[in-house]
Amino acid sequence: MTPPPDHAAVPSASDAAPVAVATAPAGPPPSDTEHRRREAQRAAGREGARRTVAQIGFYTFVSLVLAFFSLPLLWLAVAPFDANPGLSASLPEFTLQNFQVLWDNPYAMRSLGNSVILAGGTGLLVVTFAALAAYALSRVRLPGRDMLLYVLLLLSSIVTGTAAMVPLFNLATELRLIDSQLGVILVLSGGLLPSAIFILKDFMDGTPRSYEESARVFGASPFQIMRDIVVPVVRPGLATIGVWSVAQVWGNFLIPFLLLRSPDQYPAAVVMYTFYTEGGQANLALISTFSLLYSVPVILMFLFVSSRYGFRFHGGIKR
Amino acid sequence: MNGSKGRPLAGAPAGRTGGSDAAGLGRRRAAGFVAPAMLLIVAFLLFPALWTVYLGLTDYQLTGFAAANPQVVGLENYDRALGDDRFSNSLVLTLQFVLGSAVLGQAVLGFAIAWLMRNRVGALRRTVEALVLLAWILPSSVITFLWIALLDRDGGTLNALLNTPGTAWLLEYPMASIIVFNIWKGAAFSMMLYAAALGNVPPSHLETARLAGAGTFQQLRDVVFPRIKGHVLTNLLLISLWTFNDFTPFLLTAGGPENRTEIMPVFIYRIALESGELGFGAAISVLMLLINLVIALVYMRLLRQRKDASA
Repeated sequence: MTPPPDHAAVPSASDAAPVAVATAPAGPPPSDTEHRRREAQRAAGREGARRTVAQIGFYTFVSLVLAFFSLPLLWLAVAPFDANPGLSASLPEFTLQNFQVLWDNPYAMRSLGNSVILAGGTGLLVVTFAALAAYALSRVRLPGRDMLLYVLLLLSSIVTGTAAMVPLFNLATELRLIDSQLGVILVLSGGLLPSAIFILKDFMDGTPRSYEESARVFGASPFQIMRDIVVPVVRPGLATIGVWSVAQVWGNFLIPFLLLRSPDQYPAAVVMYTFYTEGGQANLALISTFSLLYSVPVILMFLFVSSRYGFRFHGGIKR
Repeated sequence: MNGSKGRPLAGAPAGRTGGSDAAGLGRRRAAGFVAPAMLLIVAFLLFPALWTVYLGLTDYQLTGFAAANPQVVGLENYDRALGDDRFSNSLVLTLQFVLGSAVLGQAVLGFAIAWLMRNRVGALRRTVEALVLLAWILPSSVITFLWIALLDRDGGTLNALLNTPGTAWLLEYPMASIIVFNIWKGAAFSMMLYAAALGNVPPSHLETARLAGAGTFQQLRDVVFPRIKGHVLTNLLLISLWTFNDFTPFLLTAGGPENRTEIMPVFIYRIALESGELGFGAAISVLMLLINLVIALVYMRLLRQRKDASA
């Protein structure tokens, strides 16, 4: 690891050395002073050389990091617009023809629609149920509340899709939810709800109660208060939870892969996988444009969430 | 909790006291508000976890006689796992995967980027962070194809760059490939966490250490590390948990070639859903749940300690 060139703020050792020489007492003979000055110069030279080496190290490292992270991504940026897309990233012969291929594929566009259904359905369910639960938990002292929240959070980080794929598959079979989008939505909602409740409760704890109190004085019912006062106040929190759930579902591969059987039900994540694993020569025009179209919403959602909150939470556990 | 039934929850507009049930919800209705969420959580989170434990004690099969009539076989599945080479192979690979890609790879690379970029502003830092983040947020089935294209034997960019034509990375170095892939995919979280943590290290302390002649390593050990210990532990626990539960390598290698990348999630999938041995798969899942439980408990304890310390 190399130190970064950040010595602008405070003078470093190399600047300090000559100062020490200049303020040295007049006592020692001139030859000694001369000797010390040379010594200091040499030290400064060494420090300068060290700094140059550090600079070179820094830029080498940064270039390597940039190369490492951009190399796989290059293909995604180039291939969709290449008339003859290959597997390696190269300068494209520009075309939009590939998007026609995408449009003509019966599974591609439908799978994006399926992804919207799964993500939208889950998002709606999670936001609604989490908001109700979080509000009640924030405002009413239900017995065992703190313990409940603790256990919920623990559960959601332990019972992941991978660790629970066997019982989830069995459960869906028993409930006749195999090959049903509702099944995928319910399973995913169950997994996302604990974190959503936890985050929203935090959010609601931080909002003032006085509006609700005055509305109540004027005779509003709890549901009116919920709809007309609480929801507008916590809307940014609800939006964040909504986007977060949608993003989690949009990229999720395992649960729909596990529970859905017929190709016309598959969301984009699973169709993408079938595009390159099933049946002969991979259609790169199709795969590249599909990847791009499928990725764009994620990038937009990421920009939305990070512009609001930064990435404070991810996966099952809030940081 | 205030258990006295005399407490007029529904009729206390004075507000400031106790639970401050501002909207006059009352306990009964509050419970009704919590119920739908709890129903889903119990059905699709709690119940599956408990059911796994039961299934792990049976010889349940996807098809055939044992599918209709599963028998409780006690600890037989666990006994079988202990003597199963494929299971121990999976255990070793999982350990390699978690240690190599998360604990070493993501954490070290993430820290290195955060450390080197800590005083930078402007285009360079934004570009680096955007690229690292992009790898993290793109859908897993997209990035796996990007890596398949990158590592392809004939047309891949990597072989063209390294001038190693005909190297089939995913077949010749499968484990190394998924480890590097997972470092690439997940370094963003560590980078962001350490960037936030390094913000808590006063620059003056680093400066003092440097004036005293401390090298980079000494600065990191004596000044930086003591201040970000909590973050380091948090980071290692979380990325280990996520990497341990990551199914994405399946998309890249499907556990092959010859089970050489059969980490535990992939092992469970192939045993339970491809071979149909649901009981045996469930028994392995119980082990996964237990490992998850240990990691999560340590993490929650850590969070609580920090909360107590700051309160």
